[in-house]
Amino acid sequence: MRIDASKVDRIVDAYGCHRDSLISILQDVQAECSYLPEDALKRVAKRLKLPLIQVYGVATFFKAFSLQPRGEHMVRVCLGTACHVRGAPAVLDEVRRQLDVEPGETTEDSRFTLETVNCLGACALGPLVVVDSEYQGQITPGKVKRVLKQYMNDGRGK
Amino acid sequence: MQKLRSIAELERLRSRILRRRNGTKKYVSVCGGTGCHAYKCQDVASALEGEIRRQDMGSRVELKVTGCHGFCERGPLVVIYPEETFYQRVSPADAVEIVSRTVGKGEVIERLLYVDPQKNRVARSEAEVPFYRKQQRIVFGKNGLIDPTNIEDYIAMGGYTALPKALFEMDPEGIIEEIKESGLRGRGGAGFPTYQKWQTCRSAPSRDGVRYVICNADEGDPGAYMDRSLLEGNPHAILEGMIIGARAIDAHDGYVYVRMEYPLAVKNLGVALDQARQYGLLGQNILGSGFDFDIKISRGGGAFICGESTALMASLEGHIGEPRQKHIHTALKGLYGRPTNLNNVETWANVPVIISRGAKWYSKIGTEGSKGTKIFSLVGKVHNTGLVEVPMGITLREMVYDIGGGMRNGKKLKAIQTGGPSGGCIPESLIDLPVDFDELTKAGSMMGSGGMIVMDEGTCMVDMARYFTKFLTEESCGKCVPCREGLDRMLDMLTDITEGRGSEGDLDLLEELGGVIKEASLCGLGGTAPNPLLSTIRYFRDEYEAHVVHKHCPAGVCKALITYSVDEAKCTGCRVCARECPEGAISGEKKKLHVIDPAKCIKCGLCRDLCKFDAILVSWERWEYD
Repeated sequence: MRIDASKVDRIVDAYGCHRDSLISILQDVQAECSYLPEDALKRVAKRLKLPLIQVYGVATFFKAFSLQPRGEHMVRVCLGTACHVRGAPAVLDEVRRQLDVEPGETTEDSRFTLETVNCLGACALGPLVVVDSEYQGQITPGKVKRVLKQYMNDGRGK
Repeated sequence: MQKLRSIAELERLRSRILRRRNGTKKYVSVCGGTGCHAYKCQDVASALEGEIRRQDMGSRVELKVTGCHGFCERGPLVVIYPEETFYQRVSPADAVEIVSRTVGKGEVIERLLYVDPQKNRVARSEAEVPFYRKQQRIVFGKNGLIDPTNIEDYIAMGGYTALPKALFEMDPEGIIEEIKESGLRGRGGAGFPTYQKWQTCRSAPSRDGVRYVICNADEGDPGAYMDRSLLEGNPHAILEGMIIGARAIDAHDGYVYVRMEYPLAVKNLGVALDQARQYGLLGQNILGSGFDFDIKISRGGGAFICGESTALMASLEGHIGEPRQKHIHTALKGLYGRPTNLNNVETWANVPVIISRGAKWYSKIGTEGSKGTKIFSLVGKVHNTGLVEVPMGITLREMVYDIGGGMRNGKKLKAIQTGGPSGGCIPESLIDLPVDFDELTKAGSMMGSGGMIVMDEGTCMVDMARYFTKFLTEESCGKCVPCREGLDRMLDMLTDITEGRGSEGDLDLLEELGGVIKEASLCGLGGTAPNPLLSTIRYFRDEYEAHVVHKHCPAGVCKALITYSVDEAKCTGCRVCARECPEGAISGEKKKLHVIDPAKCIKCGLCRDLCKFDAILVSWERWEYD
């Protein structure tokens, strides 16, 4: 995927072209393209007058960033402590089975990307699965199929 | 809105708001915290809004979507003021009645009230709900009363009264002195005296006079979410605290470093910053005092290590989030090499309370060494989960049984985990331990940011130690060897133990390794990383030995050491499990007993979850201790 340089420029300028906003800038670029394309990283480095290695370092250090394109829907399974004691590992296993991918991977049809997170801060509702920005609380392995189904048949496929 | 130029103008505005609001108008507060969002509170709010319009009640009642009320377990929550009528598990269909009966006629709708399951007593108001009764919500209490996107709500509730006091009546040394007297200690984990940081930072030399204040909102401890709720529900309290701190330290630039997993917090904070600037409470010449201060939001990138001060500052500067050695503290040389004061969200939110109500009043709350209140996220296997604010020194027993309403499903309490991945597990035998910074440390755990995860007999302590070690292995930045390699090795050994490959001598080696990692790691992450392991070995050695020697998991959690089977007496032959088993490991005809083939079973637990008759048993191989 090639990204329009002017799009990156707009984002960089919105932060006053300041290097202390590097993480925020990368986040916005990712929000725009669903991942961080190589061209975008190069453009950001150039605009902020930072060595590319530093931008690449930040992009690979933080879990929030992906250098690979992601699926249409983000499925995030919370593995925080509260979710863990209430059975999150079994929920994750079931999501992996249903989507047939490992955490960090995207399904072949590019519909879903599976990720695990350490805590989503809604611990009273655990185990928690978040699809895109919808929080699904008190999930059990048995409920996983039904939750994912809503997104499988939402007609937004390619 | 014209910028406020003096205290008099602020006070005039406050009385104008109060006058406008004073009257017989009721208000309906709908909890808009993340927990209630998951229960679709926004639908409840729009249903209420529609009903208020339809029944033409707009002149008598106002609808407010507020921050988190704390009692997430029973969401969506709706409270009607001034009566404080407390409704829980509200659905959009209830809106008609709430508006016509409760708002219109002052009647209470019985079915929406909370019933205390222990005493079978109905609670009509928030104050009568046992979950709230033992709390003392001096910091968190405003959350349920104000619309976080409306600065006038905060002002009406007495917000921004501490700021003018700090700007006009106190000098910087006086502010620091007041914080010292209050006994406030950092709420982010280590409990360092707040005034000491401020004083060091204020008196530290800076080559160009630049100093920074930072709010650490990179709440990474899994199981804790009080910072999120404060930021989402009452952002102005944090801003007010930061402005006061900046004045004490003589800083003019501030940052809030917030987790990107908290989008609502980022949004509400952004709105609050804009409003504070518009009102002249932030920016140049605040309230005409001549003091300038402004705040930027910086979003984190999902790295636990960035909660550590030096790593946070590195990442703020646009570098990767690696910590550095702290022989020179960040209060002396922090962000861009300038003196920098960093405090946690909850610490900042305590500051305006102390300044407006006075250190004397504040220091009466709590214990000898730990003053004030602490917000905990009480989660795990208790009935009432949610956020609670209690005076320091409350016992674990009160937390679990009085506030938490006791254990779920009639199970027995086994341990309470505090302090996140840096903390430890406190066994049931220490249930009367008063909760404060020092007592928790003595027990081998720590306060941390206030996660309190209650565990029952169905929680395996070896699995817990493995869970935290795995978490920390993944979050270790890799800069120093003891943490990077030591934790990796620790995880390997713990995995072996949970999978039945443990051998004698493992426990001693683990303890030794834990000691080395603690001593030799570069930063706080590695320095506290062995705590979950060491505290569980200390209190639950039997359970480790059961895994190592007898290859047996007493809690029935470790997959390699358990088997699934069907309870002959309970199975009705409904075929649900057989149909859903991903491995086709369950066989049996309709209305006849089903059987699980242990060779095919992957122990995913799906059958157990789906069985409506509780007919799937988890058991371990036959074993004998003697």
